[in-house]
Amino acid sequence: MITCSNVSFSYETGRPVLQDLSFTIRDGECVGLIGANGAGKSTVMKLILGLLPCTQGEIRVDEIPVGKETLKDVRRKLGFVLQNSDNQMFMPTVYEDMIFAPLNYGVSKEETEKRVDALLEKLGLQELKHRHNHKISGGEKRMAAIATILAMEPEMILMDEPTAALDPYNRRIVINTIRELPQTKLITSHDLDMILSTCSRVILLSGGKIAADGPAQEILRDKELLEAHRMELPLCLQNAAVPLYQT
Amino acid sequence: MNKMEMALHELAEMDELAAQRSPVHQLHPAAKLIATVIYILVVVSFHKYDLGGLIPMVLWPVLLFQVSGIPVHTCFYKLRIVLPLVLAVGLFNPLLDRAPLLYLGTIPVSGGFLSMLTLMLKGTLCLMASFLLMATTSIDHLCGALRKLHVPGLLVTLLLLTYRYVGVLTEELAIMTDAYHLRAPGQKGIHVSAWGSFLGQLLLRSMDRAQELYASMLLRGYHEHFHYAPLRPFRGKDAVYLAVCAAVFVLLRLLPVTQMLGMLVV
Ligand SMILES: Nc1ncnc2c1ncn2[C@@H]1O[C@H](COP(=O)(O)OP(=O)(O)OP(=O)(O)O)[C@@H](O)[C@H]1O
Ligand SMILES: [Mg+2]
Repeated sequence: MITCSNVSFSYETGRPVLQDLSFTIRDGECVGLIGANGAGKSTVMKLILGLLPCTQGEIRVDEIPVGKETLKDVRRKLGFVLQNSDNQMFMPTVYEDMIFAPLNYGVSKEETEKRVDALLEKLGLQELKHRHNHKISGGEKRMAAIATILAMEPEMILMDEPTAALDPYNRRIVINTIRELPQTKLITSHDLDMILSTCSRVILLSGGKIAADGPAQEILRDKELLEAHRMELPLCLQNAAVPLYQT
Repeated sequence: MNKMEMALHELAEMDELAAQRSPVHQLHPAAKLIATVIYILVVVSFHKYDLGGLIPMVLWPVLLFQVSGIPVHTCFYKLRIVLPLVLAVGLFNPLLDRAPLLYLGTIPVSGGFLSMLTLMLKGTLCLMASFLLMATTSIDHLCGALRKLHVPGLLVTLLLLTYRYVGVLTEELAIMTDAYHLRAPGQKGIHVSAWGSFLGQLLLRSMDRAQELYASMLLRGYHEHFHYAPLRPFRGKDAVYLAVCAAVFVLLRLLPVTQMLGMLVV
């Protein structure tokens, strides 16, 4: 369970980025955090992970207040897929990156190997196993970054734009994988179709505040609400035909 | 590829060399590390005029190149920047020490000339040995071995992170130079007027990235000490390798091998 109570935040520049945010994500829930560029989605995630200090309000992860002393316990529970996969992978090869977290958490070598192989197969990435991180494509890196987090088997997963840069096939694999994961999940994305098929609930951020919080099916179908906050209906719900290229 | 990407490529090539398979690669990293350290110590300990005694020490790197399948030219190519510096060290010796020390037939050879050659050979051998260690052992295994040998964790982590940070810095630099040249066609290098902002941006960007990478490590359970790629246990063959290497190095140092060979021939 993740609880944010009256959280406000601003970077050093002083301009408030988040204002008085309160919400609770219950165990097993899959919540989509949506909003226009710069709405503060990534900031919310970084606050939950303790990567940014929460100076106003309180965040709790499974009843543990996120703070300097509790970081280790909090982070043990959370897996985070970064918005920029380049910054996620720091070992030379995909394989070494995948075993990093399990070994740190004391999982045995054999168990880690089993996990890694099972995951690579599930995500269709066997071919990437021993490839060098800086020699794989953007989308491949994204898939590998997701794999490194899943190898951790965290209790809760935060994903910042998990499907960005993926081709339709890999996007489908990620969507299916997310749907099968039993963990509590918080996902940000501009891919509202993906949010629609993975999340039961959506929180809409706008101007640093929560503009809406409710069932995904309702919020993502509310054309006026979305458009008022610089967003559009998911493509699958847009009846209008795509304007075609004309000479 | 711009120059930076090339540098990055070379850095990655070292990782790739280290990922190959050969009897040398498969030795325990600690055995290789200790053997290399002993080798370097022995090489350095030769007297400055003892060129003859030093020459047989060439055999070890030559043998390692053969067995590990790493091409010798790769070594010299990668060392092309440091090698001249090392070679330059003894360059003034012939001027300082001109007393003839021995005669090749009737040609006098000065002590300075001899010590210059010895110093150059010592430098080259030490570089080759270090290169061979790096080319047959991945940085993670090397760090793992250092930890096994009780080198303080902080130092080892520093070594590893520095190695990684160089990669991050070069990668950012590559991206930025590309972006610059795409909008400054026909320009050679980066214009002086842009140096300030370019460097500042580079520093900020690479620091940001390094910070985020570090966060990503923390989020995956990293706490002050690395769980380096698990090392396999130290086996009998590693001990044998180490013992044989150490024994041969010490013998080569203590016995006048070149003279003995010379006597055999004569
Ligand atoms: N390090 C920083 N220093 C100062 N301001 C920042 C920093 N990072 C982000 N911001 C600002 O905070 C606001 C929220 O940023 P955030 O990254 O959370 O947005 P986001 O909702 O994730 O956007 P996107 O959809 O583009 O990823 C933005 O206006 C951004 O300019
Ligand atoms: Mg973001």
